[in-house]
Amino acid sequence: MIPGRSPGGGLLATLDPRSRTIAAALFALVVVGQDSLPTLGMAVTLALLTAVLARLDPIATLRRLLALDGFMVLALASLPFTVPGETAFALFGIEASQAGLRLSLAILLKANAVVLMMLALLGSMDPVAFGQALRRLGVPEKLVQIYLFTLRYLDVLHHEFRRLRTAMRARAFTLRSDRHTWRSLGYLVGMLMVRSVERSERIVAAMRCRGFDGSFPVLDEPSRFRRPDGVFAGLALVGMSLLVMVEVS
Amino acid sequence: MAHIPDGVLSGPVLAVGAAVTLAGCAYALKRLEPERIPQVSILSAVFFVASLVHVPVGPSSVHLILNGLTGVALGWAAFPAILVALLLQAVLFGFGGVVVLGVNVMTMAVPAVLCGLLFETVRRRWGHHPRIPALAAGVCGALGVLLTALAVALSLAFSGAEFRPAATLIVVSHLPVMIVEAVFTAAAIGLVLRVKPGILDRSDGLVAAGAVK
Repeated sequence: MIPGRSPGGGLLATLDPRSRTIAAALFALVVVGQDSLPTLGMAVTLALLTAVLARLDPIATLRRLLALDGFMVLALASLPFTVPGETAFALFGIEASQAGLRLSLAILLKANAVVLMMLALLGSMDPVAFGQALRRLGVPEKLVQIYLFTLRYLDVLHHEFRRLRTAMRARAFTLRSDRHTWRSLGYLVGMLMVRSVERSERIVAAMRCRGFDGSFPVLDEPSRFRRPDGVFAGLALVGMSLLVMVEVS
Repeated sequence: MAHIPDGVLSGPVLAVGAAVTLAGCAYALKRLEPERIPQVSILSAVFFVASLVHVPVGPSSVHLILNGLTGVALGWAAFPAILVALLLQAVLFGFGGVVVLGVNVMTMAVPAVLCGLLFETVRRRWGHHPRIPALAAGVCGALGVLLTALAVALSLAFSGAEFRPAATLIVVSHLPVMIVEAVFTAAAIGLVLRVKPGILDRSDGLVAAGAVK
């Protein structure tokens, strides 16, 4: 379930995870604040460059970018018809405005620039390293623990879920659009809840047995900012200042 | 649906979402006992997995939102659980935006906590009745979807008048999801109530113990 990724990330792998996390967050904030199409085009280009640097798999990445939420596709498609302005084209007698087209294009560029940058900077990182980076950046310890535990058990539960589904299939259960299906899936998830809570009770017992005192020692493992982080920070700053400058001019 | 991408919403809406999510998570984490962290996390993983299932409805299929169920099972802890789930989706899968994360968490977690509150109140009064608690869970399943759809629609509508048609569409298109989640949640919680009702007990009850007695 968690995409098996080599600890790769290309050149980015030499960076402290904190650098990547901060850069990703700043990039998202800067990009969301911009509105002109040239700036957003540049933001997408920056994200693309970073994605190449991180050696993202082009096909898998493209598939993720295309998986925009269906409702949002609808929202974007409706914009040209709901924003008033000069007519660009007409469809079934309804006029689409240029301003609306521009707005939906801007949103599309923004959303994709941010998603691509996230996948490049954070998605290419070991998710556990990301959790530890969050902790060291001051995110509350309990939240980071929930993150790490959830991450750990996603895969386990996905397997358990598939096992229970296989058992249902073996009893000739097929998904249909009726109450029986919805109720059966409810029982499936209810069963999963019961089993997983029992699992978590064993986890707590095992952790207590090993002297767990409310924090993971591994979270305090130090990594330091080094020269590549300085270079990266410089490049990131130049890139983002360029974005802001293009927007202003 | 709880995956509004970046770039759609206006600044004030983003700020409100971030503030509500920060406050909700801070409060929830404060009252979350460290002992319960594994249970909260593992249930959060269950809901994450379950929300990936395509459930057939009529000619099409839907993903469940499951925030009613999350609220019934976790209470206030639904806030950090939903934050973690959406963060994982944004970072690992590129689903949903980053700056908009606060709004996305708010639209799911606030209804979840309300559902938790409702369920707990019902359970305190009619806990021994054979059917009422499971029925209440079903109501919570539908209510979670309805409130989330309304919250997403309002976030869109407050961001610009041009989003109003899309906002209406979101509410209408979630009516079938409400029905599915009602049946689904009633079944899931009904089973938990029969097999291991202790899961739903919370020492840090939403409703202060003294308030109901």
